Amino acid sequence: MKNITCLGLFSVVRNSCLAWSLVIPLTFMFMGNATAGEQSEDTTIQEPTADEPIPIAKEKSDTKKEKVFTNKEDNALCLKCHASRHVRFTPEDSDQEFLLKMYTDCIIDTNLYYASNHWNFKCTDCHSSDYEAYPHQADLRFEYITTCIDCHGDDPDYAKFKFEKIQEEYEASVHFSNFSNEITCYSCHNSHYYKLNVRNREQDLKLTVAYDNAICLGCHDNSDKYEMITDSLNPDITSTHEWLPNQVNHFKSVRCIECHAELNDTLLVAHKILPKEEAVKKCVECHSTDSRLLSSLYKYQLQEGGGLIKDEVIGDAVLIGARRSTSVNLLSNVMIVLTALGILGHLILRFIFCKKQRS
Amino acid sequence: MNKTIYFYPVFIRLWHITNAVMFLLLVLSGFSMQYSTPDSPFIRFDIAVKLHDIGGITISINYLIFLIGNMVTGNGKHYKIKAEGFFSEIKGQMRYYAYGIFKGEHAPYPINKDRKFNPLQKLSYVLVMYIGMPILIITGLSLFFPEIFNLLGVGSLIVADVIHVLMGIVLTMFMLIHVYFSTFGHTVTSNFKSIVTGNHEIG
Repeated sequence: MKNITCLGLFSVVRNSCLAWSLVIPLTFMFMGNATAGEQSEDTTIQEPTADEPIPIAKEKSDTKKEKVFTNKEDNALCLKCHASRHVRFTPEDSDQEFLLKMYTDCIIDTNLYYASNHWNFKCTDCHSSDYEAYPHQADLRFEYITTCIDCHGDDPDYAKFKFEKIQEEYEASVHFSNFSNEITCYSCHNSHYYKLNVRNREQDLKLTVAYDNAICLGCHDNSDKYEMITDSLNPDITSTHEWLPNQVNHFKSVRCIECHAELNDTLLVAHKILPKEEAVKKCVECHSTDSRLLSSLYKYQLQEGGGLIKDEVIGDAVLIGARRSTSVNLLSNVMIVLTALGILGHLILRFIFCKKQRS
Repeated sequence: MNKTIYFYPVFIRLWHITNAVMFLLLVLSGFSMQYSTPDSPFIRFDIAVKLHDIGGITISINYLIFLIGNMVTGNGKHYKIKAEGFFSEIKGQMRYYAYGIFKGEHAPYPINKDRKFNPLQKLSYVLVMYIGMPILIITGLSLFFPEIFNLLGVGSLIVADVIHVLMGIVLTMFMLIHVYFSTFGHTVTSNFKSIVTGNHEIG
């Protein structure tokens, strides 16, 4: 028995070693080729916290024209206080200097502001010119601030962004129907830091996902903000999504709006946020050859003829079921069909020769 | 009455039928996932995923039983390839399948107590069980625990996924050929009977 056991062990180990000595180099060759095609991008994602700004997506290219800042000097007057965490103030009728804390929402990160799409605006282009007087009048905080559509609506230069359609979708969304006063463009988009989250092949999708999800989580994972708008308690995102397998991977790879917004292929980003009952809960809506992600998150990432691995990958995610890879599918089909044909051919020959032998 | 030898003990038959059923389940659920469409699902996606998980875990345990079994019992010797005469035996068996069988020749390496598999059968089983299955199981585990496996770096899961699919196809090919070659018994149905009864007809 002992001999048989040793013999068995030896044979298994020997045959396995022999077999693997062939397979391992081939696998490395395969992986080498596969990963060589990958983009070597930094995939670390900054997780924004309540006090930090949302991570800004990478710029499309560095070949942009040099910016000429025309309003920096004017803005510096405001930013002298508003780029700081505190204000030193001496009232007219006093000799004493007071050190006051700057209200967090009134602090501007100048670097992010001057890197944003609105970099060339003067503060008083959007805010009242009465702010030029200091200390500011108390009722200025009730000033009307223009929304996106006020500036960008019916502007041929911005026609491709379809602001009118965005406004229409927003007004049809659950945010507007329930909280039209409380939730405005600025609840999700910080106009001071807003930067077009570029949609193109070079864009690292993980950053886009992190950027977009941080917008939703800014309220939905922040009780302070959430409960400022509603009296109901902020539901815990992880427990409401408990049904979702591999939750962490899903949250890193897809945006909230993939399931929570109505699909709109004509917009860069769908804005009609649906009531929670209407959210997508069927796996196959994404995990299929006809995945809804192809019309949303991946619409600018589709790569044709990228080869075995590249075709399989959209962004950095492995999307089981939405297999687009023509090469993998073709290879699979050819292998199975050839096998079936081989068997069929052999069977026919057997049948013919069997008959001959009998006769 | 044909002459038979008791060839497949109960535990081998149980192991084999478990492997067969689970593999079929994996092929069908895997196929359904690979070509899933919302309107006409072959198996509903979430059900296919569950079935694939169950099949994968069961077949992995079954594979461990096979490995341990081959180490501690004499069954491992049937998976031992001898270098001596290897190519001529393979050639002989291939010639039989491609030519001899049509001429009504007898199998060149008929199975008996010492030779459970013919040379080509042995080679294919060694490749499938010692290379194909480990690759399939390891890549399958990586897709089952993507959060852990993704730590190996960007792209690792994608490579695992493609290897898993292609190896799944290769083993599906093996399964089709395996079933077809089972018709080369004493009669067409002999081998199918023997995997149920354990008795192998030899003439």
